[in-house]
Amino acid sequence: MATISITAPFDEKTARSLRAGDRVLLSGTVYTARDAAHRRICEALDRGEAPPFDLTDAVIYYVGPAPARPGAVIGSAGPTTSYRMDAYAPRLMEHGLRGMIGKGPRSDAVAEAMARYGAVYFAATGGAGALLARCVTASEPVAWPDLGSEAVRRLTVKDLPLTVALDTEGRDLYRLGPAAYLASL
Amino acid sequence: MREIDARAVTEAVGRLSIEACCVLPEDVRRAISAAAAAETWPGAREILGDIGENIALSARACVPLCQDTGLTTVFLELGQDAHITGGGLYDAVQEGVRRGYTEGYLRKSVVRDPISRVNTGDNTPATVYTDIVPGDALRVTVCPKGAGSENMSRLGMLTPAMGLEGVKAFVLDTVRGAGGNPCPPTVVGVGLGGSFDSAPLLAKKALLRSLDAPHPDPFYAALEDELLTALNRSGIGPQGFGGRTTALRVLINAAPTHIAMLPVAVCISCHAARHASAVL
Repeated sequence: MATISITAPFDEKTARSLRAGDRVLLSGTVYTARDAAHRRICEALDRGEAPPFDLTDAVIYYVGPAPARPGAVIGSAGPTTSYRMDAYAPRLMEHGLRGMIGKGPRSDAVAEAMARYGAVYFAATGGAGALLARCVTASEPVAWPDLGSEAVRRLTVKDLPLTVALDTEGRDLYRLGPAAYLASL
Repeated sequence: MREIDARAVTEAVGRLSIEACCVLPEDVRRAISAAAAAETWPGAREILGDIGENIALSARACVPLCQDTGLTTVFLELGQDAHITGGGLYDAVQEGVRRGYTEGYLRKSVVRDPISRVNTGDNTPATVYTDIVPGDALRVTVCPKGAGSENMSRLGMLTPAMGLEGVKAFVLDTVRGAGGNPCPPTVVGVGLGGSFDSAPLLAKKALLRSLDAPHPDPFYAALEDELLTALNRSGIGPQGFGGRTTALRVLINAAPTHIAMLPVAVCISCHAARHASAVL
């Protein structure tokens, strides 16, 4: 399987070119947000206010990093389980969100929104937080420091190893992968 | 009566919190290595390789294996001939968690109230369970558990008529239904019997057993093997992307129950099956 290098933010055409199962090395800028931050972003949109970062072509990493040791950029920083963000993700895609990084299957509503707006869902290896943290070269706070590890941060990443888990045509590696393995037996 | 200083309890809980989050127990590491060697699906082998590399890096750099350093459960086995001096036992435990999570750069993941959800800032309060046992020692086990796998855990109040087949189906359905969410390969703790409140605790305590030792009761040893074999035929695989290695081990903890009940609790642990113990 070829590995594709991508830089975030990226456009709709790039998102639509990716296929479930593709290996991606992601560099560039991603924003951290999980349950509480998603809720606040949607509340801001409800009030007609701008979210704390531009959602256009943005990539969100579902992560609440551990605190950085002195001299380190960030602490352990692996993905959290994505389905908890399913309630909010379509709304964010409507406002330009282009990519999501997490782990675990997504809902049909998320898959439909991804097809409609041209967004892609990547998985990072859950529980490999120490390894993934090495790909983070910079981290700065953006919003809501009261949320602690759930605050929104802007991360600069270099060659973050990801797998396309769900693509813009509804192909889902959480279904296709196990089916292919069982068919091989 | 032997005296144990509360400050020693605080020190031990702090140290064990850091150790548990950064250094995976040897039996779990061995199980992951063995699973990687037995795995035939290329993508699955690669993920198990990454997990192995992460384990080595965490221990070397004293960085948490996973950013979710969990809700902390502390199991105490207090000898009935021991006496805690210089402060309250539970205060000492909470202070240990506070220090360990602060000094060890571990994530603070506890909110004070489930609805208003304000972070307590120091990962307290930990959940503490105490068993009074013979002797004059205090055994402390710190078990940090992340939400990804805890959220996939289930309790079933089965009827006696559902029997062994019902139990098997509930365990398999729970783990299959969890799919890639709890970071497979998982360790599956099963609490069988007891009551609505005790079955989940039996299941969580089962996760503390060594992965190397078979169940002392041959019936349950065989059932553990049967369930593991069935899970590893599900195809879910590491991270849910397909492969043989869906679970590393099934551990059953059975207890007496009511004539009209058959509780079964399934406590799923991710591959970072973390715990650390010390005896004071």
